[in-house]
Amino acid sequence: MIEQNLVSGPYTHAKASVRRTMGLVLLALLPATAFSLYWFGWPAIFLFLVTVVSALIAEAVCLRIAGKPIKPYLLDGSALLTGWLLAMTLPPWAPWWIGVVGALIAIVVAKHVFGGIGQNLFNPAMVARVALLISFPLEMTLFTTPTPLLSANDPGLLGGLAITFGGAANMDAVSSATTLGHVKTELSRGLTLDQIDAIHTPWQLTWGDASGSMGETSALLLLLGGLFLLLKRVISWTIPVAMLGTLIIVAGTFHLIDPTRYLDPLTHLLSGAVILGAFFIATDLVTSPVSVRGQILFGAGCGLLVYVIRTWAGYPEGVAFAVILMNACTPLIDHYFKPRIYGRDRKGEALEYTDKKAGES
Amino acid sequence: MKSNLRKLFKVRGGVHPDDRKSLNAEFPIEDLPLPDLLHIPLQQHIGAPAEPLVRRGETVAKGQLLARCQGAMSAPVHAPTSGRIMGVGGYPAHHASGLSVRTITLKPDGEDRWIDDLDPVPEPFLLSPEAIAERVAKAGIVGMGGATFPSAVKLNLRNRYDLHTLVINGAECEPYLTCDDRLMREQSEDIMNGILLIARALGTTQVLIAIENNKPDAQAAMRAAAAKHPQVDVVGIPTRYPMGSEKHMVQALTGKETPARGLTADIGVVVHNVATALAVYEAVFHGRPLISRIMTVSGEAVSRPRNLRVLLGTPLQNLVDHCGGFTEEPVRLISGGPMMGQPLPSIRVPAVKGSNGLLALTEKEVRAQPEMPCIRCASCVSVCPCGLVPLEMAANIRAGSLDASVSLGLLDCVACGSCSYICPSHIPLVHYFKFAKGELAARQRAQHKQGETKRLAEARTLRMEEIKRAKREAMAKRKKAMEEKKRREAEAAEAEA
Repeated sequence: MIEQNLVSGPYTHAKASVRRTMGLVLLALLPATAFSLYWFGWPAIFLFLVTVVSALIAEAVCLRIAGKPIKPYLLDGSALLTGWLLAMTLPPWAPWWIGVVGALIAIVVAKHVFGGIGQNLFNPAMVARVALLISFPLEMTLFTTPTPLLSANDPGLLGGLAITFGGAANMDAVSSATTLGHVKTELSRGLTLDQIDAIHTPWQLTWGDASGSMGETSALLLLLGGLFLLLKRVISWTIPVAMLGTLIIVAGTFHLIDPTRYLDPLTHLLSGAVILGAFFIATDLVTSPVSVRGQILFGAGCGLLVYVIRTWAGYPEGVAFAVILMNACTPLIDHYFKPRIYGRDRKGEALEYTDKKAGES
Repeated sequence: MKSNLRKLFKVRGGVHPDDRKSLNAEFPIEDLPLPDLLHIPLQQHIGAPAEPLVRRGETVAKGQLLARCQGAMSAPVHAPTSGRIMGVGGYPAHHASGLSVRTITLKPDGEDRWIDDLDPVPEPFLLSPEAIAERVAKAGIVGMGGATFPSAVKLNLRNRYDLHTLVINGAECEPYLTCDDRLMREQSEDIMNGILLIARALGTTQVLIAIENNKPDAQAAMRAAAAKHPQVDVVGIPTRYPMGSEKHMVQALTGKETPARGLTADIGVVVHNVATALAVYEAVFHGRPLISRIMTVSGEAVSRPRNLRVLLGTPLQNLVDHCGGFTEEPVRLISGGPMMGQPLPSIRVPAVKGSNGLLALTEKEVRAQPEMPCIRCASCVSVCPCGLVPLEMAANIRAGSLDASVSLGLLDCVACGSCSYICPSHIPLVHYFKFAKGELAARQRAQHKQGETKRLAEARTLRMEEIKRAKREAMAKRKKAMEEKKRREAEAAEAEA
């Protein structure tokens, strides 16, 4: 009587879809993004648009080549999210081609070469950021002090166009180091922390009134976005808590040992992309482990690596490197850390009750 | 002193589907009028089909045995009403395949006349456990929650296990279904008597009636019925699918997990459904076999969702007609609940012992969407009540490595469907698992067949050789005897000469 394809149940479904998941992440990013775009003015808006549009075009072309239907895949929001996250990790006044090259690396190399959505081993946005950082170290480390829209320093619409597309930025006038970059440089000159003047107060870092990429500033709004994702159960608490917790513990320990050489945990937490990384990047569904214990290990690894790279390696900031290194471990973590199966012990053997009457209460 | 607050234990995973029970929860159970024809399948249970005892043209009374139990794992089938047997033949099964199964067709005479020798028991609680189990077996009672496992086999578990607790499953965690809810509200005393009989048959000292917290009226009714019995406790359990899964319910109540590949009896617990308890009451107190059951007819495509008392063998068309027909063409016809029920090919098929619901669902309710690639969101991992990694199992099955999926725990999956339900990519995970289980079973059968063939072929070769050898020996013997005879004849001739 009724034509129905014989697919097994359930014949009802949660209101869940890939598009909804991605949409919620974008929504969570929106406040911090909007605030940062206002804070860094027209050049940042242009760079953001260029990066996102490039990511979408690259996605559409890749889907076409792969012979996949373009509309449902493009509308799932994953390419938009990748472009968006990448834009948030770029210096706001970087030239347009940084955004284009980054988007191409993220979508083509890091995502579609691996087989498209769900198949990539590494977080596409982070692969792109690392590739850009290594290839174009100058463009990727020129930061500006915030020049809010309509403020005295605002270059204006045309000025913004000239900066993003014409390479006209007079960076000397506005350039400024990030907190972590500044500390790294000064420490390498042999100074101790108490001799270094802080360039940003913790309050500035919390609010976003500091130089850096868009995703590095405004820790507060990013944190709120992250909490929203937790509330909506898009991400679970495991990775953020493990990552931030590890970073705080390690940074705190070293700071206690030698406060003149090691930054305090609060600065570690508020500067750089740790909040963005903990809630939006390390939690990337595709590239993080699936079990609770695996996620805790993964998050702790990210936190530890961030500290190690920031403190002892050549780069002032290490979130992208840390996440990519832990991404590489994800298959291994997933292999060794599986949930315990009902009725079995951790080794997979069926449970045995030695005391046959133990069930009696 | 009995307390209503009992400590519950944590069960992993689970989902909260929209329960939709308000569509039909407030409608009391109605008797469906006698249909024109009944199609009574000989297999309405797990195990061997029953063997027919009646012929075409024969007149039968209500409750008369139509087909007897065949083997240890089987259940008899009785006449749901009085009438004439129209034939014993093939009829579409109450199954997704719609394949034909052996079915007795009965034309009711409208008198609804019971058989004379019903044999009710005046003092049921004086019966021995064996006698209770025997009556349950004779009444054709099977697990009415949908599993259709012959109940008497479960009652006899006392012989092999050390049992201490009987759990009565009144969770009804599937959305839409309200048949157990209504039964508990309307026949709590009868159910309680059935429960006490089951407990007596099993020899358990403690009885826990587990009812989800979304059924406060049923809980109250059962509490009232249980008030006189200190060993019986009514326990409210969280409303979360799949709370009605036997192993998970036992875990929530006792904190103990049933060992893998084992039975709840391994930890001293046996679970029976409330409707089964009612059937046991009917069988022992009144001598009535299992000939009807309560079914929920629901879904947005049904004009008037209801709870109906249905004679086994009633074509589902009659149920739909009684509920005012369809308001629109349903996209899915489901037997059972939407989570674990099975699709039906048509409403021509009959109601059977295990069918607790008929759902006609609209597109809006099914929410089917095209499958997208897995984004490894791990929702399936967090909702799995069995601690499995569904996404990895499905990926292995898709790649054809069934053995890998088995080592990941495929056989520990209870097919509750929580993973498919939650999947944002709408991947039909359970479909993969069922496919793999079927494929593995087929392989095992093929392997078994191969082994048997080899064994038989070898036996035949041996036999042939044995025959040959025997022939050769016989021949040699005959030859020898012949020679002997010749020799003797020759000797005799010589002697004569």
